Amino acid sequence: VSGVCFSADIISTVEFNYSGELLATGDKGGRVVIFQHEQEVGFSKNRPHLRGEYNVYSTFQSHEPEFDYLKSLEIEEKINKIRWLPQQNAAHFLLSTNDKTIKLWKISERDKRAEGYNLKDEDGRVRDPFRITSLRVPVLMPMDLMVEASPRRIFANAHTYHINSISVNSDHETYLSADDLRINLWHLEITDRSFNIVDIKPANMEELTEVITAAECHPHQCNVFVYSSSKGTIRLCDMREAALCDRHSKFFEEPEDPSSRSFFSEIISSISDVKFSHSGRYMMTRDYLSVKVWDLNMENRPVETYQVHEYLRSKLCSLYENDCIFDKFECCWNGSDSAIMTGSYNNFFRMFDRNTRRDITLEASRESSKPRATLKPRKVSTGGKRKKDEISVDSLDFNKKILHTAWHPKDNVIAVAATNNLYIFQDKIN
Amino acid sequence: MYFSGSLLTTEEPPGREGCAVVLGQKPRSAAQQRHSVTATVSKMAGADGDDSLYPIAVLIDELRNEDVQLRLNSIKKLSTIALALGVERTRTELLPFLTDTIYDEDEVLLALAEQLGNFTMLVGGPEYVHCLLPPLESLATVEETVVRDKAVESLRKISQEHSPVDLEVHFEPLVKRLASGDWFTSRTSACGLFSVCYPRVSSTVKAEIRQHFRTLCSDDTPMVRRAAASKLGEFAKVLEPEYVKSDIISLFTALASDEQDSVRLLAVEACVSIATLLPQEDLETLVMPTLRQAAEDKSWRVRYMVADKFSELQKAVGSEITKNDLVPAFQNLLKDCEAEVRAAAANKVKEFCENLPEDNREQIIMTHILPCVKELVSDTNQHVKSALASVIMGLSTILGKDNTIEHLLPLFLAQLKDECPEVRLNIISNLDCVNEVIGIRQLSQSLLPAIVELAEDAKWRVRLAIIEYMPLLAGQLGVEFFDEKLNTLCMAWLIDHVYAIREAATCNLMKLVEKFGAEWAQNTIVPKVLGMANDPNYLHRMTTLFCINALSEACGQEITTKQMLPVVLKMSNDQVANVRFNVAKSLQKIGPVLDSNALQTEVKPVLEKLATDSDMDVKYFAQEAISVLALA
Repeated sequence: VSGVCFSADIISTVEFNYSGELLATGDKGGRVVIFQHEQEVGFSKNRPHLRGEYNVYSTFQSHEPEFDYLKSLEIEEKINKIRWLPQQNAAHFLLSTNDKTIKLWKISERDKRAEGYNLKDEDGRVRDPFRITSLRVPVLMPMDLMVEASPRRIFANAHTYHINSISVNSDHETYLSADDLRINLWHLEITDRSFNIVDIKPANMEELTEVITAAECHPHQCNVFVYSSSKGTIRLCDMREAALCDRHSKFFEEPEDPSSRSFFSEIISSISDVKFSHSGRYMMTRDYLSVKVWDLNMENRPVETYQVHEYLRSKLCSLYENDCIFDKFECCWNGSDSAIMTGSYNNFFRMFDRNTRRDITLEASRESSKPRATLKPRKVSTGGKRKKDEISVDSLDFNKKILHTAWHPKDNVIAVAATNNLYIFQDKIN
Repeated sequence: MYFSGSLLTTEEPPGREGCAVVLGQKPRSAAQQRHSVTATVSKMAGADGDDSLYPIAVLIDELRNEDVQLRLNSIKKLSTIALALGVERTRTELLPFLTDTIYDEDEVLLALAEQLGNFTMLVGGPEYVHCLLPPLESLATVEETVVRDKAVESLRKISQEHSPVDLEVHFEPLVKRLASGDWFTSRTSACGLFSVCYPRVSSTVKAEIRQHFRTLCSDDTPMVRRAAASKLGEFAKVLEPEYVKSDIISLFTALASDEQDSVRLLAVEACVSIATLLPQEDLETLVMPTLRQAAEDKSWRVRYMVADKFSELQKAVGSEITKNDLVPAFQNLLKDCEAEVRAAAANKVKEFCENLPEDNREQIIMTHILPCVKELVSDTNQHVKSALASVIMGLSTILGKDNTIEHLLPLFLAQLKDECPEVRLNIISNLDCVNEVIGIRQLSQSLLPAIVELAEDAKWRVRLAIIEYMPLLAGQLGVEFFDEKLNTLCMAWLIDHVYAIREAATCNLMKLVEKFGAEWAQNTIVPKVLGMANDPNYLHRMTTLFCINALSEACGQEITTKQMLPVVLKMSNDQVANVRFNVAKSLQKIGPVLDSNALQTEVKPVLEKLATDSDMDVKYFAQEAISVLALA
């Protein structure tokens, strides 16, 4: 495993496009940085497409800080989510969102420039208008490749609460956006209206018991989407049944084990991320301590449960005090749905192989990620006695958290965001 | 206008204005264009041509200006550029440049796509029309749907200008390239081009085109399948009858059972055109199974589409199938579990009933449709109720007097009492249909409370809506009923606290006077309006002026001079400046109605006095009135 690292502001989202050729990150400063996979020339034939590095392709300011004067609220520029659109022509498109406003960006290349003016010389001097004796039509000349990012549409004013998810539908013409209490359905070409498809806001806000934490469209069925809640449940809705999806068609919930009940049970069961598998058969949810894989055909319990950092169970009290217990970890699938990845603390991230049930803890750090270096598995000791190479739970750094990770849709290339660093690791896992 | 911007630094060249006129014309036709440029060219040949080239040079340079507005302006004058360049240079230089200029803003690309559709003469006529294909081809692949659609529209247009040979040599290969393009944008564009070239090519090429269309109907991306589904009907129309049966029906069936409901719902539209192409005896086996399936689709959006297209479907399949199949289907749609579907179906109730075969129309409506309609009157969803309310009155003409009184009247009355104002408004706005059949008296007892309630609704938009129906109601109910019951309402609106209502009320009075005549106005409304001139609230005093503005013409010279003018003149002493300058505006407005004697002796002194007012606005409007009325 080798690594490359880039420095930026605190990264708030990471996302590969559909081909994996591009990787977008968003940060707290409202910037979007896009990396492109560059083929290395002259590399050995048996490993053709790996080893290429991801280099910066385009950087642009997606969102600016704003102020809502009616509500006296500051609107942060932080990019909450980025989603790529399926490629439709030579240009690439992505949606980026902060708490309130979703924007559609076009990233396009330009390698030709028009030359020749009638009223100016090549050096820009103005010509005497009396001496124009013939007309010149500009000619296109090749030039250095230029990448342009231009805002195409702005989808604003539809969310009262903070947007936590956006997801492009498989019909290629709509997408959904979810905030704490509502989910809206948009047409990608229409910015002045959206349809509210889920609204869980109670008439009386004092009766509020749960919020929407994440939502995603099914990868193939354009009528199906899921949303997760702070109570640890997931609802699957079918848009064919009714225009309003207030009633779910499936409800996924694992009965709570009464023996492990504690003050923190509800907080740690809150789901921070939900992702469909590429096949569309499964979905994965992340709560504070574990990752669960659900079969869409079985609602009463997950088919697989992986502990991410079970050793923190005894530390919940201090994690509550320093607010870490509310951290929203994301999770992702590999291209063939055979492995999953999610983050932890101390710059550790975890991978689980679904077939062998093997798991591994890896660390994203500058020391371990010199180019071509191999990542060593890390272990956290839970018992009293600490073995060599192990780290004690007490010495974990809770400020170094890995919340956002992404997996290349085809290859074994992963992107891991550790605060303001983006690490890209490639080649075989486990 | 385009001389601003980049040109600000240059000196004004002589002759600029003359040429600007030539360019300023918006050419309508190629003939006109030729004419205007001939002028330019002859001038060029006459003296020195430099100054005539100058504006064209500006236009060409501004194709690349940083300001979008200037680029757009240049693109819109592309024909002028092309004319100046001549057909040869347009083909060899301008078009290649434009082909690669697809980085621009949407509005520029849209304008370009549109221009190129009218460019045939400018590239040398039909013989060279294929030169326009490359730029339009690149425009047909951009991501912006409006631009793509416009490019396709222009391609369709110029396809007619291709000779049959050129069509096969140049146009058809382009369609094929688009149809097998890598990106779905090009494939969606291809869908709209098949039908224009199909009728004019050889049978081998025809077979290829059919094959391409088939491929696109089962494309991987839903975007392309949707484009194909939406063009299916159009393509079917140009196909030979045997292929409609062998090709189109299977494609139609496949699209109508697509896994994505966004594709299936478009197949419903195609159903209408396909059904019209097939002989009646084939409909049952080839189209009806699919249509039945669509009407019961699991997805509400598909059922909605069926409901929305119901009248077209009904016409396309004919009366026999309507009786046997569509009546039960329509009943189901009216009872659908999704409110959106019920509302769409409710909207079609009148049209559906109208188009039923006359021999047993009444029986079908009474036994099958009316029971469903009755249920909808008390639907839980207000959109459904208001959709129904907007058409239900139309049933009375179909059912006749007795049925209307016995069956429909109770429904109208129930809807007039509906909690939702929109429902009541929709009933009231359609009173004319029922008036013809049973006379409005039957309803008037329920009508009045409904109107009064709407007139006092807390939402000003509701009040505004009912005001707009007042002239209609007045016409239906007659002057007596109006004076007795509604006049007070109309006057009350004049002092509403929302300006939009006061304004609408003023306009309403004018329409009433047009309806009932000047004499009625003099007796009923003029005294009340003039009475408001002494109101302590200056807003109400101004309303008097606004009413006078609106009424003077309808009331005529006599009433205006004798009754209104004195009041206006008296108000010129008002302490509020807003009232005073509105006096000036009113005088300007009613001046033409007055006789010249009154103008000179009464109006002129007052305006002259106002023209020396201490308030700037009063002065301004007084002076304006003086000049407009030519009193200076």
